[in-house]
Amino acid sequence: MTGRLRFARTFSGALGLTIVFVVVFVALLGNYFAPHDPTAPVGVPLAGPSGGAWLGTDVLGRDVFSRLLYGGRSVIGLALVATLLAYVIGLTIGLIAGYTRSKADPILMRTVDVMLAFPPLLFLLVLITGAGTGTAVLVIGVAAIQAPGISRIVRTATLEISVRGYVEAAVARGERSIAVVVREVLPNILAPVLVDAGLRFTYSILIIASVNFLGLGLQPPNSDWALMISENRQYINLNVWAVLAPAAMIALLTIGINLTGDAIARSLGRSYVPKATQTVPTA
Amino acid sequence: MSDVATAPVVRVENLCLSLNTGEPVVEDVSFSVGAGEILGLVGESGSGKTTTALALLGYTRTGVNVRSGVIEVGGQSIIGRDAKSLRSVRGKVVSYVPQDPGGALNPSMRVGDSIMDVLRAHRTATASDESVQAALSRVELGTDARFGERYPHQLSGGQQQRVTIAMACVCEPPVAVLDEPTTGLDVLTQDRILTELARLRDEDGMAMVYVSHDLAVVAKMADRIVVMYAGRVVENGPAADVIERPKHPYTRALVAAIPDFRHPRALQGIPGVSVGVGEWPAGCAFAPRCEHQEDRCCGGVPALEQATDAHAVRCVRWEELTLGEPRPEGARVAAVATTDDALLEVSGLHVQYRHGSRAAVDDVSFSIPQGRCVALVGESGSGKTTVGRCIAGLHEPTSGRIVFDGQELAGSARRRSLDQRRRIQIVFQNPFESLNPRHRVSSSIERPLRVLRRLSRGDADREVGELLDRVRLPRRVAERFPIELSGGERQRVAIARALAAKPDLLVCDEVTSALDVSVQAAVLELLSELQRDLRLSMLFITHNLGVVACIGDSVLVMDQGTLRESGPCAQVLAAPVDDYTRRLLSAAPRLPDAAVS
Repeated sequence: MTGRLRFARTFSGALGLTIVFVVVFVALLGNYFAPHDPTAPVGVPLAGPSGGAWLGTDVLGRDVFSRLLYGGRSVIGLALVATLLAYVIGLTIGLIAGYTRSKADPILMRTVDVMLAFPPLLFLLVLITGAGTGTAVLVIGVAAIQAPGISRIVRTATLEISVRGYVEAAVARGERSIAVVVREVLPNILAPVLVDAGLRFTYSILIIASVNFLGLGLQPPNSDWALMISENRQYINLNVWAVLAPAAMIALLTIGINLTGDAIARSLGRSYVPKATQTVPTA
Repeated sequence: MSDVATAPVVRVENLCLSLNTGEPVVEDVSFSVGAGEILGLVGESGSGKTTTALALLGYTRTGVNVRSGVIEVGGQSIIGRDAKSLRSVRGKVVSYVPQDPGGALNPSMRVGDSIMDVLRAHRTATASDESVQAALSRVELGTDARFGERYPHQLSGGQQQRVTIAMACVCEPPVAVLDEPTTGLDVLTQDRILTELARLRDEDGMAMVYVSHDLAVVAKMADRIVVMYAGRVVENGPAADVIERPKHPYTRALVAAIPDFRHPRALQGIPGVSVGVGEWPAGCAFAPRCEHQEDRCCGGVPALEQATDAHAVRCVRWEELTLGEPRPEGARVAAVATTDDALLEVSGLHVQYRHGSRAAVDDVSFSIPQGRCVALVGESGSGKTTVGRCIAGLHEPTSGRIVFDGQELAGSARRRSLDQRRRIQIVFQNPFESLNPRHRVSSSIERPLRVLRRLSRGDADREVGELLDRVRLPRRVAERFPIELSGGERQRVAIARALAAKPDLLVCDEVTSALDVSVQAAVLELLSELQRDLRLSMLFITHNLGVVACIGDSVLVMDQGTLRESGPCAQVLAAPVDDYTRRLLSAAPRLPDAAVS
């Protein structure tokens, strides 16, 4: 395998990619394999695993396994869209501020500082109070919380890269700013950005889960991994799987995404991919 | 000089270090250093010289282990100690002066506290402000009683290096290991530091192990020189002998690679690149690059033979080779068929940085004749790089005119015409930053072909191969990423990228200062040849006067933004008029005359 998928040859890259595939597969197509209706009670509430309900039942007696197969789509979908949107905004602001080093830089950065000073959850709650509940509001709110932090990281990385010889060589060739940024700057800030993206995605899931938990995001009886945790966490001693299974899915996805991100970051700029433990030769 | 009667303070015997995977890094290294003696440890990057020197402190990089051998420093064995007992040795018995003092000093600690830390670790009784002040006085930083209260960022590079030297000396250890201590410093600062080190040796009788790739500096300091190549000692002898009568072809090649401003000669680079760990050939490791190579060189690793009592050499042919003979006086071939029409004329150039109090460049005027190489010399902060950047259109001058081939150039590259941008190219100082690490070599070289010469993808592809031939890189390098190349190879790629535009004027900004001397010689050779063959005009910015003599037709000397002296190279270097030029010349390290004339 050559080209862009070289990272998948490494152990961590292959493992990460496999995990992501499995979790995404469950989230997207899991509902076709669900043995029960995710919203209908199938037995006694909070019963342990049995032949009829492999992971037991939840607080309302619904099948945990079926709800697990149904509940990934919203978490992954919302968090993914929110994180992507946050990156579109954050990258743009960070690149403009960091690359041009013009008067826009202090203006953008002070605005970002004000945004960062807001408690994120409070911001989201105010937004929901004003604009009402709904997935669009949730996505925009989460993106708005994440974007300032992203733009700070991107700006710092850009500042460092934009004084390098290869960027100056491109400037001396008279290339347009957009070409310089896309060809010379962006690929070189990708490594920190990819690692950051993995963390941001996880954080998006957490925020969405918190909002759902407060009853302002997705509403019951929707099946959603985050919602499942918040509904059942009080009764964790009765059926641990009702909390553990959705939590494990979120954790798996996070690990998979971060492994993949790290492997891609390591594979950049090499015609082979070093193992994680191998030291990079200097000079 | 060493006193034969006393026991050596450093004794290294049959030292072998290897990677966890088993590949040898340093093999069978032995040497000793007497009290008050300075040993120069010389070699290219990757020769194992730093690894050996750090082993004296009981330090090995992660993944590297001492396999066998003896290291004794100040009568104490170093190998096999645990971390705690090593700490009691470091700083007290053997201390360390790093290459990059800016990175080595804790930025959040006052320098006095840094020195105090060393005292507290080893000499609690005398840990007082007076001792710190005394330590600073010994490196001539004692005139200001409050100097110790400063932070590293408030000091110049030279002052920072003095502080690390004060830290290394404060507990009066019998041995100090110095790892390229002057590499990042200006000529004048380097000269002062070297004088200081020599004085410390004379006053305290401290033995030193001085690691460097620059034989000219080592020649000035060392009593003995150990030359390393591919992890082995290839030559070990008294400094004067090794430099003036080298016995090993590698040492000979290193001497031949050093540019000297008193005796300008055509430099000879060492062909090929130094072998890395795990690539050592079966026989003599230097054989593949050696002009005297024979079949038996590849048979097995040659033994280190005693040429005289004090001089050992690892070469099967050392007795039959006479390497000391003078080389043809290769005054560089003057560029052919040049006219004296100025290609570039700079007049009244003035650059003021937004927050700077004084001008970075102040009323600088000069011209570059067609096909000639003008060298621009100065220390860091002299404004020489800013001049180069103005010409390349990377920095807008505050005032002044730059006229190129009869047309006045706009301040920024973007407002210059495509043809103007194509005809002026720049090569940068740091080979590790001048190529985009995310692009393959082919893509880096192709870009100017496509952007500046509007070639089609196919034509550009073909020309990449030709350009790689031109800078003498194998064509397969095109598929590599910069991280997979050595510093010298990267700089060749950067030169190929500049040549891709078919320029008339090449601005070279300290292009060899980050390279080993052997690689520097090869790059200079290449640039001279290109200048001749392609009739390039060149502005060669450097701080190294030897390099100036090698490549320049005329020279400009800059100090604090102003032009101090200019004229033909031979004239300025032989009979400088300006006081500053004279100081630069007297401070520049160079080989003893016997080695070059």
